[in-house]
Amino acid sequence: MSEAIPQHTVDALLPEVARLIVEALNLEMAPEDIEPDAPLFGDGLGLDSIDVLEIALVISKHYGFQLRSDNADNVRIFASLRALTAYIASQRTK
Amino acid sequence: MSTLPLIAGLGLEAIIAWRPDGPRRVRDFLADVDALADRLPAGTALLNLCHDRYRFAAGFAAGLVGGKISLQPASQSAETLARIRADFPDVACLTDGEFDTFDLPRCDFPDLAAADPGSVTAIPRIPADRLAAVLFTSGSTGLPQPQRKTWGKLVANGRAEAAALGLDRAPHTLVATVPVQHSYGFESSFLLALHGGCAFWSGRPFYPQDIAAALEAVPPPRLLVTTPFHLSTLLAAGIDLPAIDHVLCATAPLSAALAAETEARTGAPLTEIYGSTESGQLASRRTTAGPAWTLLPGVQLEQDADATVACEGHVEGRVALSDVIELLPDRRFLLHGRHADVVNIAGKRTSLAYLNHQIAAVPGVVDAAFFLPEDEAGGGVTRLTAFVVAPTLSTGQLLAALRRRIDAIFLPRPPIFVDALPRNGTGKLPRSALQALYAEKTRHAAR
Repeated sequence: MSEAIPQHTVDALLPEVARLIVEALNLEMAPEDIEPDAPLFGDGLGLDSIDVLEIALVISKHYGFQLRSDNADNVRIFASLRALTAYIASQRTK
Repeated sequence: MSTLPLIAGLGLEAIIAWRPDGPRRVRDFLADVDALADRLPAGTALLNLCHDRYRFAAGFAAGLVGGKISLQPASQSAETLARIRADFPDVACLTDGEFDTFDLPRCDFPDLAAADPGSVTAIPRIPADRLAAVLFTSGSTGLPQPQRKTWGKLVANGRAEAAALGLDRAPHTLVATVPVQHSYGFESSFLLALHGGCAFWSGRPFYPQDIAAALEAVPPPRLLVTTPFHLSTLLAAGIDLPAIDHVLCATAPLSAALAAETEARTGAPLTEIYGSTESGQLASRRTTAGPAWTLLPGVQLEQDADATVACEGHVEGRVALSDVIELLPDRRFLLHGRHADVVNIAGKRTSLAYLNHQIAAVPGVVDAAFFLPEDEAGGGVTRLTAFVVAPTLSTGQLLAALRRRIDAIFLPRPPIFVDALPRNGTGKLPRSALQALYAEKTRHAAR
């Protein structure tokens, strides 16, 4: 999946995805303060499963595709902002 | 000695579960239970961590038949597991996935392909007074509080819920978005199957598209067991859904608007369940038909000074409820919100006193108070905020320290730094003062 997406496409999309996350989750931080390679769970942003569903909803509205749990890449998709952005770039329909 | 069957309302040839590879009959399930019972570690307690609902059910039944207590904590933090081990020294974990059981002995769910359904001749019976499960609630100190459930009470809960939903007359296939170990999922996807004559889907769909796929995988009529949060994201996703015949919702208040939208979109009646881990399920209502709740068969509510107490039926003993309740005639009542200190975020419960104790213990925090804003959105999940006096700490430092102390779901979203808290002359913090401070601060933020 993400291998097929050029790096510059992902880099260009990062700020937009960061902004969607900050808005969706009402995080008290600037989008550019999300470290692209830091984990979204645990000691990174510390997201929980409610946050994941909130993000999934925003992604489906904004980019026109649905996330599925039976996707083997699921753990990787939410590993970091960069991983999530690469996945969006590979799946988006709008 | 009084005994009750493991399963009632389904014969040996009836289907009890649907898995991705197809249906399992009661006969298949019992053969798996027999085979598993021989493989479980010795000991009197089983911490059943299986994600798969079918494997959880087989593990629970194998343990029950063999006299093991099923331990079902609200969280699986290191602190909780240490406490469980102190109380149940011979506990072993049954797992079916990646999970850090710390130093507890573990048994990975075995391959049961050799189980022989042909050898099953009868549904086992279990003494009604056998201690079957211990569910844990987070007490106000944060230490897990054990809630003991006998097999007789669990069966009665399943039967009462089935009767209230009309499933005893018209069984449905159950698809649940909630974990099977916690009280609502345990009662409404496990007990409801074993004692309500229903089959259940083995998975736990998470994303909206997963829920649609799970519904598609089982035959109608279908009952969706879910929460206000899952329901609101499911509807908001705007995807096509297979036919749903009944929606069950619990764990947090459901807005009348979301209930009405659910019924309009699915064409199915929506029933809300009211209960607690301590008391089991107590009442139900068709949310669109009005605010009053109707007690499940057998249970009673009594006013006892300031508190309302649940008793009789499948309630273990007398349980004081954490809600303000107005009793009405004909086994009906109104809920007027929770006692002020209790907070419930997406079905996880704690107390403001506990959270305030934790934040006050963070080095650098001079004074602090958690605050739950009024639910404005309805349907969405309201998050906690906290007012913090901590001149030397950044937001990041504060959250990092809190994350080590409390469940991530209770982290303030966001913390609001202030110079002082609006304490009154006696040092107390009236909710009205916090509400005013919240309004002032969020108005600033919105500018």
